[in-house]
Amino acid sequence: MSPILFWIFTALMLAFGTSVVLNRDPVASALSLVASFLCLSALFVGLDAFFIGVIQILVYAGAVMVLFLFIIMLLDLKAEKRRHFNRLTLVGGGAVAAGFVFELLHVLNSFSMGKNPFPPLGVARLDDVRQVGITLFTQFNLPFQTVGVLVLVASVGVIVLSRRELK
Amino acid sequence: MESTLPWLILLSPLASALLILLFAHRSKALSVLLSLSAVFIALGASLLLVKNATDTLTSIPWIDLGPALKLGIGLKVDALTRVMLLVVTGVGTLVHVYSTVYMAEDEGKSRFFGALSLFMFSMLGIVLADNLAMMFIFWELVGVSSFLLIGHWFTKESAAKAANKAFLTNRIGDFGFMSGILLVWSTVGTVEFAGIQENLAKLTANPTFLTLAGLCLFCGAVGKSAQMPLHVWLPDAMEGPTPVSALIHAATMVAAGVYMLARIFFILEPSATALAVIASVGAITALMAALMATQQNDIKRILAYSTLSQLGLMVAGIGVGAWGASMFHLFTHAFFKALLFLGSGAVIHALHHEQDIWKMGGLRKTMPKTFLTFAIGTLALTGMPFLAGFFSKEAILLAAWHKSLTIFAAGLLTSLLTAFYMTRLVVVAFFGHARTDAASHGHDCPAGMTVPLLILAVLSVIAGYAGFAEAIFGKELFHHVHAAAPVALVPGLALGAFVIGTIGAWILYHPAIKDPAIFKDAYRIKDPVRIPLFANKFYIDEIYHALIAGTQDMLAGFLGWFDHFILDGVIVRGICAITWGAGYTLRLLQFGNLQGYAFFFGAGVVVLLYILTK
Amino acid sequence: MTSLTLNHYLLASGLLFSIGFAGVLLRRNIITIFMCLELMLNAANLSLVAFSRFHIGADGLPNYNAQVLVFFIITVAAAEVAVGLAIIVALYRARQTTHVEDLVSLKF
Repeated sequence: MSPILFWIFTALMLAFGTSVVLNRDPVASALSLVASFLCLSALFVGLDAFFIGVIQILVYAGAVMVLFLFIIMLLDLKAEKRRHFNRLTLVGGGAVAAGFVFELLHVLNSFSMGKNPFPPLGVARLDDVRQVGITLFTQFNLPFQTVGVLVLVASVGVIVLSRRELK
Repeated sequence: MESTLPWLILLSPLASALLILLFAHRSKALSVLLSLSAVFIALGASLLLVKNATDTLTSIPWIDLGPALKLGIGLKVDALTRVMLLVVTGVGTLVHVYSTVYMAEDEGKSRFFGALSLFMFSMLGIVLADNLAMMFIFWELVGVSSFLLIGHWFTKESAAKAANKAFLTNRIGDFGFMSGILLVWSTVGTVEFAGIQENLAKLTANPTFLTLAGLCLFCGAVGKSAQMPLHVWLPDAMEGPTPVSALIHAATMVAAGVYMLARIFFILEPSATALAVIASVGAITALMAALMATQQNDIKRILAYSTLSQLGLMVAGIGVGAWGASMFHLFTHAFFKALLFLGSGAVIHALHHEQDIWKMGGLRKTMPKTFLTFAIGTLALTGMPFLAGFFSKEAILLAAWHKSLTIFAAGLLTSLLTAFYMTRLVVVAFFGHARTDAASHGHDCPAGMTVPLLILAVLSVIAGYAGFAEAIFGKELFHHVHAAAPVALVPGLALGAFVIGTIGAWILYHPAIKDPAIFKDAYRIKDPVRIPLFANKFYIDEIYHALIAGTQDMLAGFLGWFDHFILDGVIVRGICAITWGAGYTLRLLQFGNLQGYAFFFGAGVVVLLYILTK
Repeated sequence: MTSLTLNHYLLASGLLFSIGFAGVLLRRNIITIFMCLELMLNAANLSLVAFSRFHIGADGLPNYNAQVLVFFIITVAAAEVAVGLAIIVALYRARQTTHVEDLVSLKF
């Protein structure tokens, strides 16, 4: 992927991410998140991970965020009024985040392996889905089945949790 | 034959005591019979031993734990032993005979004779012991017997307290005694007298140790022979029946301390410090007891303080190196002091248990035999020439003259005071007219009581003479008695003290008892001389009581404070408060707020990363 | 800047993660906090995919183990969102509020 595209998509992704954090209206936050996911998916495709890129759009942007929006509409959440921000919270949160960023930069600085460019692929056409499928169904079959059970449990859990008390 | 006699002497009183106390105490007559037979057997055997005059040593091994600890039960008979045997069994027999009459109507008669036999067994054990450990065991047994006998009338509170006091005071002395025994044993390796004497070089090699051991052993004598500061039990011990006072607290038990010092004299001799301490303690005791005696009004108390004073003199004699002279004085003192006590017992018995001398009077006419023997005893004690006491006291004073003039002066002053208070006693009790009804009905006692008095009177006269004493002491020991070089001044000064004391008391008291002015009313008669310090025994009992009670109160107060504030407050409630405080503080971390928890999560991760990537 | 290195992608992932974490700490609305949580998960996904592309195996193919992990993460995140939102709905029904400062009944 050409660096220019990388920078554009990265900048957009970070901008939309910041918008999620800073927006007062929850719907606007949700939509910013969707846009962020789109940019992220682009980055995935740029990294030759086509299957993952598609899955990201389909599942995350298509299902998860839709669910979010449903819930926001269901609860009829209004835009937040400006409330007084607790100075202590601001400072604390900001400090932790800043500390994390600082450490990130420090680690990346000393991560010598990461300074190498991406090696080229050894094949002309990458049969991405097939490869992921092979790895998934042979090496990681058991986790795959387990995740299936997990999703079932989640479904049942959701139904149980959202029951109204029978009067 | 020679070696079985000591065992016979030792074991017959034991057999009598066991039989009486375990089986025969229901029958009083049987108890009396057993006790008397035992003591007569012991007397007979002792006389035989004295006649044959050979030294024997028999020993049965008892504890054998290798070279470190070897204890035996051994009976040693030498000149010193023979003297003591004669004193103990002789006076013991006379007291037993006397008691058959004195205690005739007593309820606890069997108990009394059982305890008397136990005492004879214990005392003979001390006398015959051949090692310090055995002596210590019998030392304690004598203390037990004394306790039983002082507290014979235990329902009387003062008697019970006196018995306790005697035992506890003795215990304090015995603690020192035991320390001394352990000190000697750790240095020399054995506790037998013969063994110690052989290995004495090990002990003398370390002078401080030697002095310390000597002084600790002396502690036992301080307790048993009632020296200052442990003298407080002897006057109170007069609560016991008079025969007990005569036997134990005059003639034999209290003399055990002096006997012990004579036995271990070879340990004390190399240490001049120890001897100096012993001499000072003895002299102080003698002087202070004599001063206290001048103001007592109970006939037995006066005699008790007199015993204290004479014991002090004996101990001072040991301190100036004249152990032979001290033993000689012990020998003569046993006879006339027992005589005086038994005589006072006769007076008490005749006057229906009246003991205050100011409530007596005129007994010279109503109890002539008693008066005669009592007078002989008094003169022997005060040092009238040609009676026993004169010779023995002079021997000690002579030795003191050569060693230390201070001790000599103390001894001389004591003799003067002795003459004074004994004459006071005789004048007030026996002269003049009967001052109460009881006194006017006084009469001489039955033969069972009078005969021992007469025998003792005879002994008081002859015991001092060289012929008699030498026969008993044996040539070598008797030589020790008169080891000091004679000085003409000493007998003269002693005689002077006797005369001044006697005449002084006569002048002071004889008119007083005839003068009706001293009768305030029939029951309150004033002593013309009153010195509260002496009358209240120098307030020593009160000082001891205050010390002990005071210390206890202080300790109790401190411990109470400690328990309340430190154990309860700091430790128990403190731990509780710390736990509660910690809990309260940690509770503040539970915000209930999601973002608070998230903050700590993040902060923790950041710190962890910092540490991992440093 | 001529060619992209692994560090570029890691930097992007890290920054996204920080933004998401700051959002979790600073926002008041529970739903919004949840969304910021999803941001953090996706940042992790990006990092994984970058590594997958970086490690080329002997057969010239990327290391697909990481991509399988991403697959699982997406699945589990979906399930988690479902259950989480159900809980939030139940909470809203009980407390009538989604403001996180009102939900402090576990305070000491």
